[in-house]
Amino acid sequence: MPVTNYITNQEFFVDMQRCIGCKACEMACAECETNGHESMIHVNYIDRATTIQTTVQVCMHCDDPACANVCPADAITKDEFGVVHTANTSRCIGCSNCVMACPFGVPKKNETYDLMMKCNMCYDRTSAGKKPMCATVCPTQALYYGTREEIAKMRPNSTPVNNFIFGNEKVSTKVNIMMPKGAVELRVD
Amino acid sequence: MARLPVAAEQLIEQYGPSLNYPPKEGYAGRDEPDKEVKTHCCFCGMQCGMKLLVKENKVVGFEPWMEFPYNEGRLCPKGVERYLQNNHPDRLLHPLQREEGKGFRQVSWEASMERTVAEIKRIQSQYGNDAFAMLSGVSLTNEKSYLMGKFARVALKTANLDYNGRLCMVSAGAGNKKAFGLDRISNTFEDLERAEVIIVTGANVSETFPTLTHWIWRARDYGAKLIVIDPRVIPLARTADLHLPVRPGTDSALYGAMLKYLADHDMLDHDFIDNHTSGFQETLDAVKDYTLEWAEEITGIEKQKIELAAQWWGKASTSFLLHARGIEHHTKGVDNVLGCINLVLATGRIGRPYCGYGTITGQGNGQGGREHGHKCDQLPGNRDITNPEHRKYIAGVWGIEEKDMPGKGLTAYELIEAIHRGEVKGLISICFNPLVSLPNNNYVREAFEKLEFYACIDFFMNETSRHADIIFPGSLQEEEEGTVTSAEGRVIRIRKAVDCPGEARPDTSIILDLARRLGAGDKFNYQTSEDIFNELRVASKGGTADYYGITYQKIEDNMGVFWPCPSLDHPGTKRLWEDKKFNTPDGKAHFNPVKYRPPEEVTDAEYPVVMTTGRVVSQYLSGTQTRRIGKLVDNYPEPKVEIHPLLAEKYGIRQNELVQVTTRRSSAAFPANIVETIRTDTIFLPYHWPGRKSANQFTTGSLDPISKIPEFKVCACKLEGLGTFHEPSTNSAAYKSS
Repeated sequence: MPVTNYITNQEFFVDMQRCIGCKACEMACAECETNGHESMIHVNYIDRATTIQTTVQVCMHCDDPACANVCPADAITKDEFGVVHTANTSRCIGCSNCVMACPFGVPKKNETYDLMMKCNMCYDRTSAGKKPMCATVCPTQALYYGTREEIAKMRPNSTPVNNFIFGNEKVSTKVNIMMPKGAVELRVD
Repeated sequence: MARLPVAAEQLIEQYGPSLNYPPKEGYAGRDEPDKEVKTHCCFCGMQCGMKLLVKENKVVGFEPWMEFPYNEGRLCPKGVERYLQNNHPDRLLHPLQREEGKGFRQVSWEASMERTVAEIKRIQSQYGNDAFAMLSGVSLTNEKSYLMGKFARVALKTANLDYNGRLCMVSAGAGNKKAFGLDRISNTFEDLERAEVIIVTGANVSETFPTLTHWIWRARDYGAKLIVIDPRVIPLARTADLHLPVRPGTDSALYGAMLKYLADHDMLDHDFIDNHTSGFQETLDAVKDYTLEWAEEITGIEKQKIELAAQWWGKASTSFLLHARGIEHHTKGVDNVLGCINLVLATGRIGRPYCGYGTITGQGNGQGGREHGHKCDQLPGNRDITNPEHRKYIAGVWGIEEKDMPGKGLTAYELIEAIHRGEVKGLISICFNPLVSLPNNNYVREAFEKLEFYACIDFFMNETSRHADIIFPGSLQEEEEGTVTSAEGRVIRIRKAVDCPGEARPDTSIILDLARRLGAGDKFNYQTSEDIFNELRVASKGGTADYYGITYQKIEDNMGVFWPCPSLDHPGTKRLWEDKKFNTPDGKAHFNPVKYRPPEEVTDAEYPVVMTTGRVVSQYLSGTQTRRIGKLVDNYPEPKVEIHPLLAEKYGIRQNELVQVTTRRSSAAFPANIVETIRTDTIFLPYHWPGRKSANQFTTGSLDPISKIPEFKVCACKLEGLGTFHEPSTNSAAYKSS
């Protein structure tokens, strides 16, 4: 086993209220040379005609990742820390099963490389005890990386939620979305 | 002869702007840099800490600097991408000389210097010393800002030196000096944390100072109410507790009505007003007719919202009021600032923890740069060039006779007018792109075309330097040591990370060389940036902006020192006026009466729509740097005109349709972005682009009578849908400046 300094009590928290659509996260993510200067996090307007609101989508790192489950080449794996890694380049066959299966729309097929690419929670950084790049630079801390105790103390009006209900399907994730206090799940029907 | 030597397209082809992208595999050496240099972003007044990664004398990337207390690693997209201005293919590497019909020719330093000095001497002997002017800018460090002020007065011997801070913080500076006798934000941003009510007025914080958003949210997490006053639903306003969509140019009416409401409902701090202020009654008298109904009529904001804002502000026990260019870029910019200060003083919430007020300084060194003397009316330490004692003190520091020090010169836009009138014949500029950043820029271009000689120091060829006779290739921020002062008043260190490329030289050495050739070498005897800073310390000693107690080592040891810091054992001043002793002659804070008056240009039957201008998150000021960084340009390639659907419907304009925008000064077409996030009577254009894409071809050259800031934020226009739809324009068409 390679030596790792991954800090197991730190988690990822996303608070859409705070997102200002600046794309510092996208640009910082793309700085990682293992991504070939492509961003693995995506900021989008909801409906620019009516609102300035943006959303930010990072890999949610599901407890039971659909992307890995549907991969015919066993290219996607979840490690002992719960990080769902991007497709192993030597195994990935570019079939896009994962792209279609992910309930959050995270994996993207990179046509140039004929590979699926997605966030691996900056494994090069997190395994060295650092925070992921997007959550480090996020100027509003809409993306926050730290402990549950820290976020509870800093943001007393919000609750982290990591259970998502898609119809009859429940998806639990390693990444949390900040919801109004008292919320326990997010229903996406 | 400051006309373009050849067509703009030809210059663009050769000198850019072209877009720099990192290689797909990243720059070589990013993983194993030779060094990590702890420094600060080169862009806005937040001056976020960051580390530049250097390999073999090239900046190859960045790393967050987690320990710097203001931003703790946080950055905006401009900060993330700024390293790409280093090693940029457009970088000027040699001195250039204009050649009619050919463009620019590479010349030696010796030839370019000699030509410049000869032209300075010719113009000054023919027309007088003040006929040769200088324009400077506040992306420069404190050392360079100080040096420009001294160079203009001692070596160039001209009164006509001004700077691009004239487009930035001068209204705030003038208002703060009137009210407090000192020009600095009262508290650090940490004091936002427990403010109960925060007013952000005329400040698109999330796009222009993104990392400040974090501190506002910190307060909101503890229950602060946020009031945003802006004609648009800016990103910060989207989730605000109260958004007041003010009609551009009517801010002072809003503040006046709020002040009257506070007085009518006795939400005043009488003890503070009675003991620590002056001028309250006259100020109240000035707003006695400003009812909520009147304010609704003038500002277009529902009176219930104005009342709620006044109630929240009146009842709060702690608060912070922040403003920026949105209220300052007006012919009544100073009035607007004073209107805000009156609200702060009436409630006595200043000089205490979590009770703050201030302008959010725009440029990288907007704070320090406006204190040390490259402003036409100012000497170092924020001294007054017309004050005999101040003159005498600085003349002593500079080793000249007081009588030889020039007096007050023209402000930036007045200088352009003087060039246009033929009174000023020669110009040297650094760090300023007037053809993009000044209003009514067709007029500005005409002025530049009349110059007999124009020399420019810059690292890229921008729209203005294309008009130069001589271009000196200067340095990027990361190529010289120095200090800057952030929007919080924190003096911090800028580190040299790499040497200048090619034949480019540090700005300081160019100025010192010119000073020597102008015969003033003995007054400019510095070996290092620290030598200049140490002279600045002495020059500022005893002034309101007193840096005497700040040293490079002290900055290093404390991650910055807040001025005023009058002695070596002084810790610096994070929070001003805790003793309630203000810096005015009588020691009191001054209320100033503000009567509402309309903007210089109001709408009428021919020009029925209000135009306002501002910035987008991925571009910075005139775009000399950010229009060259690929990903920043991709994020917002060119300006679109924001129009409310009701206004668009009135003119039959559809999404992405080209709209002909016309004011009394210019006419050009922009694609429409139809959004509900703007007032129904107002359009918005971002101003980072030149030529036919510029917002400042439309704006007026009307100035505030005190601060001389131009009224960028309001003019009258008309709209016409052209029925054709937008196709992305080429670089040349977008950037053409003639």
